[in-house]
Amino acid sequence: MSDRTPEIGPPLALLAELTHRCPLRCPYCSNPLELERAGAELDLESWRRVLSEAAALGVLQVHFSGGEPLVRRDLAALVRHAASVGLYSNLITSGVLLDRARLAELVEAGLEHVQLSFQDTLPESADRIAGLADAHRKKLSAAALVREAGLPLTVNAVMHRQNLERLPAMIDLALALGAKRLEVAHVQYYGWALANRRALLPTAEQLERATTAVEEARARLKGVLTIDYVVPDYYARRPKACMGGWGRQFLNVSPAGKVLPCHAAESLPGFDFPSVRGSSLDEIWYRSDAFNRFRGTAWMPEPCQSCERREIDWGGCRCQAFALTGDAGRTDPACALAPDRALLDHARDDAAAPEGDFVYRQIGAMATATAGCT
Amino acid sequence: MSDAPQRFLVAADSRLRFAPHVKFRHDETRGRWVVLAPERLLLPDDLAVEILKLVDGALSVGGIVDDLARRFDAPREVIATDVTAMLQDLVDKGVLAA
Repeated sequence: MSDRTPEIGPPLALLAELTHRCPLRCPYCSNPLELERAGAELDLESWRRVLSEAAALGVLQVHFSGGEPLVRRDLAALVRHAASVGLYSNLITSGVLLDRARLAELVEAGLEHVQLSFQDTLPESADRIAGLADAHRKKLSAAALVREAGLPLTVNAVMHRQNLERLPAMIDLALALGAKRLEVAHVQYYGWALANRRALLPTAEQLERATTAVEEARARLKGVLTIDYVVPDYYARRPKACMGGWGRQFLNVSPAGKVLPCHAAESLPGFDFPSVRGSSLDEIWYRSDAFNRFRGTAWMPEPCQSCERREIDWGGCRCQAFALTGDAGRTDPACALAPDRALLDHARDDAAAPEGDFVYRQIGAMATATAGCT
Repeated sequence: MSDAPQRFLVAADSRLRFAPHVKFRHDETRGRWVVLAPERLLLPDDLAVEILKLVDGALSVGGIVDDLARRFDAPREVIATDVTAMLQDLVDKGVLAA
């Protein structure tokens, strides 16, 4: 543990990854390749303590995520505890396990909002991508239940080469479902998605059509549907401010209780990420080496160090830098000024090649996925 | 589609309230007011806080402008323009509703 960095404020949000278990097997899952088994998960009492500590630290929102958080039978008890300590609760779900009784229990416990993922607008394609039969139909009925219960709904549409053509249809679907927000989430290429990059990375032409469709829809649907959309890294000129900067706004607690600056950070070598089993969130947020390592700008190499955008994009994504260059301390290759930018150029050329088969996400499939990475 | 949702345009007689599941509250840790909404967190500045404190579903936008013009001793038209623009933006974001 190092000294506290004085200029750091409290975190805004906690991503609570309750479990890695999930009935879906999406080939771009943001969970790590090495998935935690059920036996390693924090129990209800530990999660309650984490939520209380988060609220005391200044966290305002909690995102219950996974895996599929509805796999946990104690989810409503966690939502209730979050509400009791003043945290605003979001549920990030695939929806396939949601039924009327379960939702009523969550609403009664104080849930404020549901973010529901969709894999495609065509049922057969959506089910193939999710690796689960009948998933799409269940999601449609979950969306209807959420609106019936009076909860605000966000549609999260994970887009890539195999469904990007249907972005206009996805916008129509979000409207038809009564969503107020649509989050167009381009796949981010680390972990499972990096193993499947050849099958998922869109072409430049696809992306251009998608961006045009979003701009048109945003103008037409102002005040009706908010569309979140960011050009994906591989086609951007500047990197995204990943998590709003390392250890600046978010903390992520993994199913086993590891505290991470982002959900993918466990992939980084040379870190001893602290656990809620051994330290308080306050101690971890302000004093741990893991959270202080890439905070601020002192760690940055050139061209970041002298860049006027260094406190806008914070050097981009550490996990992407590591995944592509083998060094988490390098400039994110998503930046056009990065010395390693050519790594992305090669990947974009690959997008013109035929699609490969998916490596589906599953517990114990790590060896296969790592092999697919090369 | 005639039943498609439409954008709500803020006018002087609009009576706005916070949308369901949007919370406007004082955060003790930061010592400031915050707005908590789905996938959104707003940290309004002092003037925005004064405006939002008047949003109660009963007072009209014109009434909010009158109140602020009285308290801040500023030309009513200037306040009306700024307040309406801010409220319209928050309606468009789904934070406020009619």
